[in-house]
Amino acid sequence: MASASAVKKKSAGLSDRTSDIILVAICTVVLLIVAYPLYYVLVASFSDPYDVYAGKTFLLPSGFTFDGYKAVFADPKIVSGFLNSVKYTVIGTIFSVVMLYITAYPLAQKDLPGRKWISLFFVITMYFGGGLIPTYLVVKATGLTGSMWSLFLPGGVGVGNMIIVRNYFQNSIPHDLVEASEIDGCSKFRTFLSVVIPLSMPILAVQAVFAMVAYWNDWFTAMIYLGGKGEPLPLVLRGILIKSSAATEQASMISGGYAELNKQTELIKFCSMIVAAVPMLIAYPYVQKYFEKGFMAGAVKG
Amino acid sequence: MRKSETPVRISAAGSAALSQRHGRTLGQRILDNWQLYALLAIPVILTVVYKYIPMYGIQIAFRDFDSNLGFTRSPWVGFNWFIRFFKAPTFWRMMKNTVLISFYGLLWSFPIPIILSLIINQVRFHRFKRVVQTVLYAPHFISVMVICGMIKIFLSPSGGLLNLILGTQIDFLTQSEAFRTIYIASGIWQDAGWGCIIYLATLANVDPGLYEAAKMDGASVFQRILNIDIPELLPMAILNLIMAAGGIMNVGFEKVWLLQTDLNKATSDVIAVYVYQQGIENAKYSYSTAVGLFNTAINIVLLIIVNKIASKASDVQFV
Repeated sequence: MASASAVKKKSAGLSDRTSDIILVAICTVVLLIVAYPLYYVLVASFSDPYDVYAGKTFLLPSGFTFDGYKAVFADPKIVSGFLNSVKYTVIGTIFSVVMLYITAYPLAQKDLPGRKWISLFFVITMYFGGGLIPTYLVVKATGLTGSMWSLFLPGGVGVGNMIIVRNYFQNSIPHDLVEASEIDGCSKFRTFLSVVIPLSMPILAVQAVFAMVAYWNDWFTAMIYLGGKGEPLPLVLRGILIKSSAATEQASMISGGYAELNKQTELIKFCSMIVAAVPMLIAYPYVQKYFEKGFMAGAVKG
Repeated sequence: MRKSETPVRISAAGSAALSQRHGRTLGQRILDNWQLYALLAIPVILTVVYKYIPMYGIQIAFRDFDSNLGFTRSPWVGFNWFIRFFKAPTFWRMMKNTVLISFYGLLWSFPIPIILSLIINQVRFHRFKRVVQTVLYAPHFISVMVICGMIKIFLSPSGGLLNLILGTQIDFLTQSEAFRTIYIASGIWQDAGWGCIIYLATLANVDPGLYEAAKMDGASVFQRILNIDIPELLPMAILNLIMAAGGIMNVGFEKVWLLQTDLNKATSDVIAVYVYQQGIENAKYSYSTAVGLFNTAINIVLLIIVNKIASKASDVQFV
């Protein structure tokens, strides 16, 4: 690296100690900027909405209450949205990971005839697509609209992730091991199940979390294909957070019974956001240490 | 995983079979692998049906689509839909908004992950570093719907966080001048941390000896960043910039659509939302497809141009 020689000798720069302090200070500021909005929503979800409006909840809850969460879990729409989301996320994650694996594993075998062409067949779909309407028309024509399978099948294989998994198979699973097990009488399929899959747990975990997050947070596919049936949580939230805001703003001007109703709506907004966000925020730190590895596996050409 | 850990042992018969494997005909090799082809069958079928058939269906942009006649038999209308789009009263507004949101978005959200990762990489306290990374990744895992809900609540004129802090009662989402800032700033908040991963992974490959040598020579942290880290990141950064420039017409639909109000349309009206409204809401299938195709065509041209620039730049930069 030629650049190292460019470093001047005897710099008059900051000492390491001072720069440590500066670096940590900058990081702390960034940390607070990112974390505070989430913290604020959390605090507000336990507070009296009037106090939130009055700006009394910048640091700690005021008028501590569980009413919001009670209302959220008593609301049949939110509960059914939550359960639908859980169902779609579980099935979708299994579907996606299975698809990734059954595509990536054959394509990782260097001696598979036609491997390059089949890879190209998939990679093309990364760059070209039919666009919204032609895809919608095909989904409709194949009779998927209104069924939960419309959320999974049209997505097919996530090609970018498939390449990451394929590279992982190629670079991190010893080919000798695969060959040895085949020679000892395991079928290709058996080898895949009992040798390759157990050896690829880190990448499996990362891909499962990515798929999980994608399905949990998805609402657009559900909006256009489900036709109002079996709405997942984010779509239910749309009614609460986005559509209603103009109406509640007006209602907040009116006092009395309206305000009481409005108070609960406001609380539900904060609580439902927490309910929607928290499951994924709990999940990802478990696989965080594999993120960098996963990205680098994708960067290596295969 | 080391070889000795394998539960499978190669038997004598196995090694004989091993020596036989090479030098087989193509037909035999295909037969050998039939199970692998069987695995591939499902993804291939799904890809044909839901990716390739829609690609073939793009031709409805040049036809007057009739669901009874299908993709190939609907009457041909040539460039009518495109001409209609160019003549649409909001055509220039949508073009301008799409390009400006992307351009300013790129301008702000491209450098921030680089700067952040340069700083985070130099932090020597590992636990603290890990906490910072965990928190910075968090917003990426939150649904756009929740993000937009937060934006609506924080920017609300009555009791919204920003108005409380500023002591004002401004309804930011009805102000078209504020829309791009809201869109881009919330995007940075959500994804700048996530964008660091690729840079941090690149920086993790820097030879520690290089830092040691620089320290011996009395280089400060700032000089180490300037002379070691930045040159290390440059190729990856340029690659990312090129990819992003190629997608400048790809303004995400979701956030714009959720944050759009009648009053901020002057800056929030973009092509992606139009494609959705015309196609899904109004069922003008052919027209919407034509608009989408026009958008894609610009993207492909941009991608070819930036690729050309990239290959020129790579002669200078990377060799």
